[in-house]
Amino acid sequence: MLGYILLGLVAIGVVWLIATYNTLIHLKNQVINGWKQIDVQLKRRHDLVPNLVNTVKGAMDFERETMEAVIAARNSAVNASGVKQTAQAEGMLTQALGKLFALVEAYPDLKATGNIAQLQEELTSTENKIGFSRQHYNDVATHYNTKQAMFPTNLIAGIAKASPAELWEIEDDSERAVPIVDLSSK
Amino acid sequence: MSSQNLFAQQQSNRRRSALLVAGFLIFFAWIGFGGDLSYYLLTRDAPPGSYHHTIPFMGIATVAFAAVIAWSAWKRGARRVLWATGAWKVVEATTPEQRRLVNVVEEMSIASGVPQPTVWIVPDPDPNAFATGVDPREAHIAVTEGMLATLSRDELQGVVAHEMAHIQNLDIRLMTLLAAMVGAVALLSDGLRNFMRFGGFGGRRGGGSSKGGSGPAGFIVLIVWLVTLLLAPLLSRIMAMAVSRNREYLADATAAQFTRNPAALASALERLDAASSATRSISRGAAHLCIVDPGERRLAARDGAVADLFASHPPIRHRVVRLRGMAFQQTKRDAAVASTESPPA
Repeated sequence: MLGYILLGLVAIGVVWLIATYNTLIHLKNQVINGWKQIDVQLKRRHDLVPNLVNTVKGAMDFERETMEAVIAARNSAVNASGVKQTAQAEGMLTQALGKLFALVEAYPDLKATGNIAQLQEELTSTENKIGFSRQHYNDVATHYNTKQAMFPTNLIAGIAKASPAELWEIEDDSERAVPIVDLSSK
Repeated sequence: MSSQNLFAQQQSNRRRSALLVAGFLIFFAWIGFGGDLSYYLLTRDAPPGSYHHTIPFMGIATVAFAAVIAWSAWKRGARRVLWATGAWKVVEATTPEQRRLVNVVEEMSIASGVPQPTVWIVPDPDPNAFATGVDPREAHIAVTEGMLATLSRDELQGVVAHEMAHIQNLDIRLMTLLAAMVGAVALLSDGLRNFMRFGGFGGRRGGGSSKGGSGPAGFIVLIVWLVTLLLAPLLSRIMAMAVSRNREYLADATAAQFTRNPAALASALERLDAASSATRSISRGAAHLCIVDPGERRLAARDGAVADLFASHPPIRHRVVRLRGMAFQQTKRDAAVASTESPPA
């Protein structure tokens, strides 16, 4: 009799173990996937920046400093790894782009060519998409972090190789102030 | 939107959709078998040699007919709604405006977590938009040319987010089925009225004996049946509209959660309100799918019992007030933590 009870308890324990393990793996994959979604948009943004620079280069030759800042920010964003570093580098790029677009406003001829308006639209959209996938990523990552820290799930977090996912935080005030480059508002 | 809340909305829409289809079938069964019953009562006391209506052919036919309509509403309802408005599908965005629309839809698809819907443009100068489909995985968003020309990027984003909210909480399933079925009922009712005007029914009965012997029972059934038949289009219209009004507030709120920018949707609605002309290419049958009532804006602006009964949408200014309230709360929240953060641009 006692044997059966013990067996039953062990069986319950095993089932719980498997279920919890699988939940953690599922959440971990969601976090990884969420990050990949951001990555796709970041990649797109990095591809768009050289196009933009090439388009405005001729007309804004004497704004060299601003353009170099954009290129430098773009390159450091491409090379960034890890959530924190990426977040920082992308923040810099956003700022640099914001400055560039603000300058473009001063060149009506340049703005009138369809190309720059199109690039601006694409960059705006990409930035919005980054913002929305960041919301999604942070939601999923928070859920994952909470789950693995809670008792008794935390007992097997080590077995599932679960470690807290980093959130994409906006650190600095000036960056918060320019979340969207939208100077095209009509 | 909390997932619990969303789940409840989806469940409610699934249930209502099922009830709608069931009600539709029962309604047609009533028409068909009601006809059979009255015909049976009328021929019951006829002499042995003449025709006795014992097998309910009409009932079987109408139920089969209704089943086919319900099935095709599910399968092809969305396409039919789009086709009726003359919308065309944006396969490859060619103009900057189209590019912007496609981008905004992609953004809102990410924000809402809903698979990306197909984008359509309705060639109509009046600004309006709607979403259709029975499944979020195969949904459609249609926007008029007037909308693209009138709204700023942020406003367009608000409108698309509103439609995305309808897609996500399965409002579109109920609405699309309703649109397809209301259309079918109206058609059938018109057809039957013509049929009776040209004496199809009376003629067949005329050859038999006088109906004196059949008693009042047959008459009463016949009259009740005819009254329902004539009232049906009106009832279905009222039902279609009643179903859509509270949903608009809900979709507005969800849209604000997607974009975090309720003020943009509020100003979009104000602009849509200011456009006084009707959206001609969107028929009354699809009115409840739209973001603003495509028909009589003046009716939509009124309060009171009649407007409540017939308007498919709540008055726009009520929606704007609610959205402005949300925007105000948002700025207030941001101001409360202004010591560490600056307000959103």
